[in-house]
Amino acid sequence: MKFTTKIPAPLETFFSEVGDILLFTGQVIWQFLTSPFEYRELVRQGYYIGNKTLPLIAVTAFIMGLVLTLQSRPVLVEFGAQSLLPGMISVSIVREIGPVITALLCAGKVSSGIGAELGAMKVTEQLDAMEVSGVKPLNYVVATRVLASTMLIPLLVVIADAIGILGSFFAVTMSEKISLTLFLSQAFDTLSFSDIIPATVKTFFFGFFIGLIGSYKGYNTQRGTESVGQAANSAVVTASLVIFIIDLLAVQLTQLIDGT
Amino acid sequence: MFMEKVIEIKHLRKSFGKNDVLTDINMELHRGENIAVLGKSGTGKSVMIKCIVRLIEADAGEISVKGQNITELDIESLNEMRKKVGYLFQGGALYDSMTVRENLEFPVRRTQMFRNKAEMKDLVEEALDHVGLLDAINKMPSELSGGMKKRIGLARTLILKPEIILYDEPTTGLDPVTSGEISELIVHVREKYNTSSIIITHDMKCARMTADKLKLMADGKFYVEGTFQELSESDNQEVRAYFT
Repeated sequence: MKFTTKIPAPLETFFSEVGDILLFTGQVIWQFLTSPFEYRELVRQGYYIGNKTLPLIAVTAFIMGLVLTLQSRPVLVEFGAQSLLPGMISVSIVREIGPVITALLCAGKVSSGIGAELGAMKVTEQLDAMEVSGVKPLNYVVATRVLASTMLIPLLVVIADAIGILGSFFAVTMSEKISLTLFLSQAFDTLSFSDIIPATVKTFFFGFFIGLIGSYKGYNTQRGTESVGQAANSAVVTASLVIFIIDLLAVQLTQLIDGT
Repeated sequence: MFMEKVIEIKHLRKSFGKNDVLTDINMELHRGENIAVLGKSGTGKSVMIKCIVRLIEADAGEISVKGQNITELDIESLNEMRKKVGYLFQGGALYDSMTVRENLEFPVRRTQMFRNKAEMKDLVEEALDHVGLLDAINKMPSELSGGMKKRIGLARTLILKPEIILYDEPTTGLDPVTSGEISELIVHVREKYNTSSIIITHDMKCARMTADKLKLMADGKFYVEGTFQELSESDNQEVRAYFT
């Protein structure tokens, strides 16, 4: 007796894409390990990623800290627990809000940028031109962007966390007198290594996948200018989804390690 | 007249899904020879030359470049072989983020031994001078016209001193004067560098000026070949239609 089940087309497409992404990931990681490595291009991409996103992240993080404090303070005041505010805000920002909001902003700015740029390079045959002149586009174009994103996004998260806490301080000073030293002291007293380390480690994964998904979507753009826009759009959507999945896994893993 | 075979294609086949683009391509290109390939849009002319440099993998058949079967080469040997084959893309395919100078330096830096600054400068200036665009050396691709992009693309190809050049519609989208200039440049390149070329074109003036032989493609294979004169006097009405 023969059992044959036809996989539904959307499921087949999904698994096929997952397989392609895994293969692409393997190829990119292999490029990290093989020479020649493009240090100049890596620095250039790092500069672009930092330069492109820092102002946006700084403004967003400041507003985020400010709003979070303004929203939380009345509830804490009601219970006479406003002294817990700096600690509560710092834990929220460092553990969750800072990394996730920064990663989402980078998905919108960096991943879509890489997707559109590589898509345009594919459509205008620039990637083919590299290949026929003996240059590996995966090495020169993709590996550098993925590595730059992996290295820069954790740094941007640290900056966003710092600015977010500063925004919170400004919100507190609107309604009470508190020195910056006391505020920071209360904020950092509450933070422990188990808050900082997992939150920092996950940002490397955010960075890696933001660069990787942008590159994958751009590198596999179909011919035609319309597909460049689709690649950029798809990069943002997929990268945002992957950020939430990584975040969920990170929370589960942290709780498993902590035994909570 | 032409002795040494530099490219030999036997029974090349390529399909995309159910669409059989190349069904049975056979051709030979000899040292110093220019062949123009003509055919309606979508007949697979560009696919054929992309198979030659393995930008597209062939489904079946044999492609030999300078005696090496390229379908069997590993990536390192393929990249070595690619240095001997220049490719001029339809739009020039200049790297947007680089100046003209950087566009020309890029393949040299990546594929040849380290060159000092003076040597590199001479090499770039010689290639640009050859295509008559030395004054565009510091411009970005976005500042160049379509014809200029193609010339710079050709300079970038020539800088690696290829023995074979594949031209993908070198005059498409250009005005008649610029098309004529590009065609003259193709002739001049052959005279100066003794290159062999396959020229994909729809431009009969370009084909007449540049090619020793014309090959007409339809249904994924060549159905007729000859000199411009021979084909223009052909009894076959379909062939003559190209010349009217």
